[in-house]
Amino acid sequence: MSQIRTQDPDQPAIAVSKLVKRFGDFEAVRGVEFEVAQAEVFGFLGPNGAGKSTTINMLCTLLKPSSGSARVAGYDVVRERDDVRRHIGLVFQDPTLDGYLTAAQNLQLHAELYGVPSALVAPRMRQVLEMVGLWDRKDGPVASFSGGMRRRLEIARGLMHSPRVLFLDEPTIGLDPQTRRSIWGYIRELQQREEITIFMTTHYMDEAEWCDRIAIMDQGQIVALDSPEALKAGVGKDRVTIQTDDNEEAISALREHFGVDARVSEGAVSFGVAGGEQFVPRLFAELGLPIRGVSVSRPTLDDVFMAFTGSTIRDAEEDPSKHRNRVMLQMMGGRR
Amino acid sequence: MSGVSDAPRQQQAAPAGEPVEVVRVVVPRRSARSELRAIKVVWRRELIRFVNDRMRIVTTLVQPFLFLFVLGGGLQQLASAGTHGVNLKTFLFPGILCMAVMFTAMFSAASIVWDREFGFLREMMVAPVRRSSIVIGKCLGGATVAAFQGVIVLAIAGLVHVPYDIGLILGVLGLQLLLAFAITAFGLAVAIRIKQMQSFMGVMQMIVMPMFFISGAMFPANGLPRWLTVLNRLDPLAYAVDPMRRLVFSKLAISPAARHVLDPGLTWWGWHVPAVLEAGVVFALGVVLLLVAIWEFSATD
Repeated sequence: MSQIRTQDPDQPAIAVSKLVKRFGDFEAVRGVEFEVAQAEVFGFLGPNGAGKSTTINMLCTLLKPSSGSARVAGYDVVRERDDVRRHIGLVFQDPTLDGYLTAAQNLQLHAELYGVPSALVAPRMRQVLEMVGLWDRKDGPVASFSGGMRRRLEIARGLMHSPRVLFLDEPTIGLDPQTRRSIWGYIRELQQREEITIFMTTHYMDEAEWCDRIAIMDQGQIVALDSPEALKAGVGKDRVTIQTDDNEEAISALREHFGVDARVSEGAVSFGVAGGEQFVPRLFAELGLPIRGVSVSRPTLDDVFMAFTGSTIRDAEEDPSKHRNRVMLQMMGGRR
Repeated sequence: MSGVSDAPRQQQAAPAGEPVEVVRVVVPRRSARSELRAIKVVWRRELIRFVNDRMRIVTTLVQPFLFLFVLGGGLQQLASAGTHGVNLKTFLFPGILCMAVMFTAMFSAASIVWDREFGFLREMMVAPVRRSSIVIGKCLGGATVAAFQGVIVLAIAGLVHVPYDIGLILGVLGLQLLLAFAITAFGLAVAIRIKQMQSFMGVMQMIVMPMFFISGAMFPANGLPRWLTVLNRLDPLAYAVDPMRRLVFSKLAISPAARHVLDPGLTWWGWHVPAVLEAGVVFALGVVLLLVAIWEFSATD
């Protein structure tokens, strides 16, 4: 029954070349280039307003690129728009379920809209609902679902028509850590079982670790692209966090004695340094200030982001002068 | 021993009821059939939502019944001299039949604003179907729902001394469908541009109430002040109210004098517009507005 016209396995699932999107004279996406292999979990990382959603909207044919080209599942996003649409699944940042309908009715509607052969609707529905653990709630009205259940249902719906590429725009935003973890469980299971390519955006650093490869986007450009391990190794520095009685004094002492730039993060002083474990004894000997606690950790993706953009994701989002773009984007409806 | 403990573990590896094979689906290419199917899907969604939302069925009936029984009952004492013995509620009935359809149709069209606000519109817009199919499905769905609401009002005909005549019922149904279609198309053409429910409700209040009052649903459309006559002839709803009234009055046992006063018929510069042409006006308007809605919807991002 299940003949599927498989794509040539050597062909990338997504191929993007010199992609540009302008809103007026503001360039939201500035010549982005990358390829995603089939069955890869690919993460797009960056602060709000970096151009992630604009890029994803162009890839899933919701926005027309200003210039450049992109192919998804082997089809051109502008010239073969409908073919792209037949082969992708989408889970948006904002909910797009019909709360008046039940879970099953939402999936049924989607299946019919996409022309899923009617004999396959029931078994496929059961499969996707079981995967996200909602099979026993299929006849419940969506209006009664929690945020996490809705997101799971949206993922199930995005899979109803067996897409080759699943786009997830901030799939875990606004969810509690436990639900976030379980959603990642589904995503990994899905990728293994259905050999589907997953393209997702996030601005949670810890989540990006789940991806096979990550592109870091800042101000409309990709500033780094590699596996999480390689990116972290590339930073070459460990993160040292110390607790002191006077953080300001500690920061200036660190600059004076060791020439490192430290900053306060969650009440402790934190900085990056090569060979962190060897550094700690020197720190105690030479800092000249009482240290109440210390920890050394391998670089995180936060450090990677910091290394490539010079700021943390959170800072980048909070600094209005650097990222006034975000507001402009929203004003121009770029997030839609 | 190990054989015993193995069994449940294996069961865990493949949870009960889970199909081993991944059910793979191939989405067919777009065709005329897939567009028809999309229209049907959108249409049916409107119906499911309507049936699920019983509150809405009741609340949209409140207004027509208020007009019919409270206003009609109350004004009866003042009007009895002018209605030649015909009960005011009977006179108002055709107008109320139009009113019920009109308000429901407007409300149906508003659902596209809800859909946008709650994100569902996006789910439809990224599907591999034409935008026009979505609009047509919405329009037909809204029209069906509105006509259904009209049928509920029609069912109480006996209470206002209108006979249950098969020809009358079929004729009213046809006119209601036509009106429901035109008003939904009109509502959609307005609603597609509007991003927020509140603004839509405001705009509708500004358009719908005047349209209803001017249409002649509450009074005969002759002998009016000149300015009102002009507005009445420009009001599309007048072309639905008039044939509806003619139809109902043709089945009433009343004096020719009463009929002449209460059901004068619409005129263009003294010429009596035939009912078929009136219905044609409503239909043509519906088609034009639907095309406008499609054009608008296709132009949005």
